[in-house]
Order: sequence, then C-alpha cells, then structure tokens
Amino acid sequence: MTPPGPPAAALPGPLRRWGALLGRDLRLSLRHGADTLASALFFVLAASLFPLALGPSPELLRRMAPGIVWVCALLAALLPLDRLFGAELEDGSLDQLMLCGLPAPAVASAKMAAHWLATGLPLLVAALPIALMFGLPGREIAVLEAGLALGTLILSLLGGMAASVVLGARRGGVLLPLLVLPLATPTLIFGAAAADAAGAGLDWRPELLLLGAFAALALPLCPLAAGAGLRGAVE
Amino acid sequence: MSASPLAEPVSAQDHGSATNPGRIGSLLHRYANPGRFLRLSERLSPFLVWPAIVLSVAGMVWGLFLSPADWQQGDAVRIMYVHVPAAWLASLGYAALAVCGVLSLVWRHRLADLAAAEIGPVGASVTFLCLLSGSLWGRPMWGAWWVWDARLTSVLVLFFLYLGHVALIRAFDDPSRGARAAAILAVAGAVDLPIIKFSVQWWNTLHQPDSITLTGAPTMSFSMLWPLLVCTLGFSFAFAAIVNTRLRAAILETRTRQLLLQGARE
Repeated sequence: MTPPGPPAAALPGPLRRWGALLGRDLRLSLRHGADTLASALFFVLAASLFPLALGPSPELLRRMAPGIVWVCALLAALLPLDRLFGAELEDGSLDQLMLCGLPAPAVASAKMAAHWLATGLPLLVAALPIALMFGLPGREIAVLEAGLALGTLILSLLGGMAASVVLGARRGGVLLPLLVLPLATPTLIFGAAAADAAGAGLDWRPELLLLGAFAALALPLCPLAAGAGLRGAVE
Repeated sequence: MSASPLAEPVSAQDHGSATNPGRIGSLLHRYANPGRFLRLSERLSPFLVWPAIVLSVAGMVWGLFLSPADWQQGDAVRIMYVHVPAAWLASLGYAALAVCGVLSLVWRHRLADLAAAEIGPVGASVTFLCLLSGSLWGRPMWGAWWVWDARLTSVLVLFFLYLGHVALIRAFDDPSRGARAAAILAVAGAVDLPIIKFSVQWWNTLHQPDSITLTGAPTMSFSMLWPLLVCTLGFSFAFAAIVNTRLRAAILETRTRQLLLQGARE
C-alpha cells in the first residue's frame, strides 16, 4: 500500500531538502526585515546605555567594552528565539516540517543555522561600530569579532535547543532566558576573556581555541537534543 | 473501589511494551510500575529516615561541639560541617537529575520523570544552603559576603540550572511533555558539573582546593575529617529520605486525583 503523491525518486535528496528549509527561513527573515534587525538594534541600544550609566570616561569604557559587547550580544540573540519554532507550532506548519522526510535533528539544525545567519551575522556587523565607539584598538576588535563569530554560533545552537524544549509551555518566553543564560556562561567567560587578553597584550589563542572546542561539541549535540524536543512538541 | 489503590499501576501510560526493552531495560522497568515502587519505597523508608536523623544529629554535635577549632580560622571552621555536605549534595543531586533525564529520554521511564520532578526542588534547596553557608563563612575569612570566583560562580550557575529545571518541568499542561523537556535540560546542564569540580584547579581562585581526594591522603586532620564524613553521610541519607517521601506523596497524589476523577465521572 503506497500513499498517493509523487514517487520517492522524484523527491530531492536530504541535503537539498535541508537547503530548501534553510532558504525558506532566510527568505522569511528577509521579508520580515524589521523583525530581523530588531535584535541588532536592541544590541546597539543596550550597549549605548552603558556610557550613560557609567560616565563617559574613555579609560573605564575601553576596559569594560568586551564584557559589555558580549553581554549585550547574548541578550540580543535571545530576543528572536521564542519565534524560532513558535510561529510554526501555532500555524501547524511544524507538523509538516517534521513530515518532510528529514530527521528531526536536521530540521532543528536548519532552523539554528537560519537563526545564526539572520541574528548572529547582523550582531557581528553591529558590534564593529560599537567596539570603535568604545575606543577599542584594532587588534582587540579583531579578536572580539572572531570570538563573537564562534560565540553567536554557540548561542544559536544552545538557544535553538532551549526554544525547542519550551515549545508549548506556559510562559515559554519567560522560561527561555532562564534556560539559555546559565548554559551560555562558559561561552561568555571565554569570549570576553579572549578580547581582554588581546587588549592586555597577552596570548588570546587559548580562549578562542576553547570557544572553538565548545562550538565543536555543541554543533552535533544541540541539534540532537533539539530534535528530541521538537518530536516531543508535535507528538 | 474494592481493590486497594496501591496494588494497581497509577496510569495507563504505555511503557514501550511494543518494543523489546532488553536486559537493562527490563530491570529498569520492574520499578517503572508505581504500585511496585510504592511498596519498595515504604519498606525502604525507615532505613533512610533513621540513619538520616541519627547520623546528622551525631555529626552536628561532634562537629559543632566536640571537634577542635582550626588554628587559623578558629570556630568559624565549624561552618564546614554544613557547607561541605550541602556542596556535595548539590552536585550529586544534579548528577541524579541528569541520570533521570537519560532514563527518561532513552527508556521513557515514568518513575524517572516523577523522581526528577521531586529531586529538583530538594537539590535547589541544598544548593541554596551551600551558597548561604559559604557566604556566611566567606565574610569572616575573606572579608566579603561574595566574591566572583570560579567555584562560587559555577555553583551559582548550578543553582540557576536547578531553578530552570524546577520551572520547566511544571510549565506544561501535559506533565509528560514537561518531563521530557526537563530531561533534555538536565542532560545538557550536566556540563556544569565538571566545571564546578575542576574550577579550583583550572583557575587560580580564592576558594581552597580539594582537601579530600580518592587518591591522596586528606590534607585535613582526622579529628575534623571524621565528623565531616558522618555529617556528609547523614545529610545524604536525609536527601534520599526527603526525595523518597516526596516521590511517594507525588504518586499517591496522582492516584488520588485519578480516583476522584473516576468518582466524578460515575
């Protein structure tokens, strides 16, 4: 008994389907440009509050800049997370995505990749003027950006996992930061420490390598966990 | 209602009867039946409660009154007899949560879900006790209630992980969804445990390094080590006794609700 529909041979391969899913999500975030840029805007706004609160002393601001940039990036990456799977769950398309023939972890990883490209990359761009305005030297900015590139990837992976886990929960939006922020602390520590080390003229490579190791661990494990969460949500 | 409510399984949840659970699975599933677990738990209860009371009281009296004061820290060292057992149980409790998470995700073990829901609040309480006693100890020794040192911060993160778990497992209308979600979080959060363990070695911290190791001789006097061990054992029994009692209460509560619903329907 075969179900009606196109024969299996006509279906595109898993990689093409993954790409199509990623493309769909990127198109969606392009067409809702204001929503996508809102988190980058939040990042710039939050970072520019610090000089107002701390006073305009260039010494102090240069010293604190890596930490400020990292904390603001962390918070900004949280903003779009509750819509990551939430919109799909509400209109029922999540069930269809789960039936598209890709395993659940692959669906989750496509969404995480889309989150990184649509939120992480704008944050990287927005961090550049902020770092300049805080008076960071070029070498430190380069290390900060390299750390942020890895760090936003880790945040997308951890955030996607947490977002899939709270799907359908009461007050899921409030729970999300409570789940993501503790898990993100090692990323924050090593990312900010790398930029600090570069600023102090020390070797910044160990911290970046640790961040890379963290990303390498999260890359296979977080989609697996998120897949389990998604399967639980559509059951 | 002629049959005893304890003799039946609590819910009609399927335990993967269609799949062959294998040897470990079948051993695990023996106690997935809440009725069977209730009987075991009731028999076990006095063997947890009495050692907990006797050992905790004995350890406290020994540690607080009979053991010597430290040559450097004076009587403040006695905070150790609360702080160290609480810290040990905070890590152990989270490890237990992670094990429950694996059992729940791999075998869909119903009892592991119930246990995770009950271990969470108890674990959060001992973690808070650990942070509180550490803070009270830090004030006279380091001159500050709190320092942002790696060991302290990683335990604070552990406390937040506990709180997230407690909130998440109760955030769903369908309890089995909450259990599943919390299981994923518990397993993911287990990365914090090695960070806590090794934080005193990886970073140059204010918190002292381990005094008791499995491989080397302890770096503390036996006159303090013995009461500390008795306290730790007593606290651990108390932890197990509280979780055991809470678990039994939770199972009975589910059962009562079901009987009430059944009564309302008839």
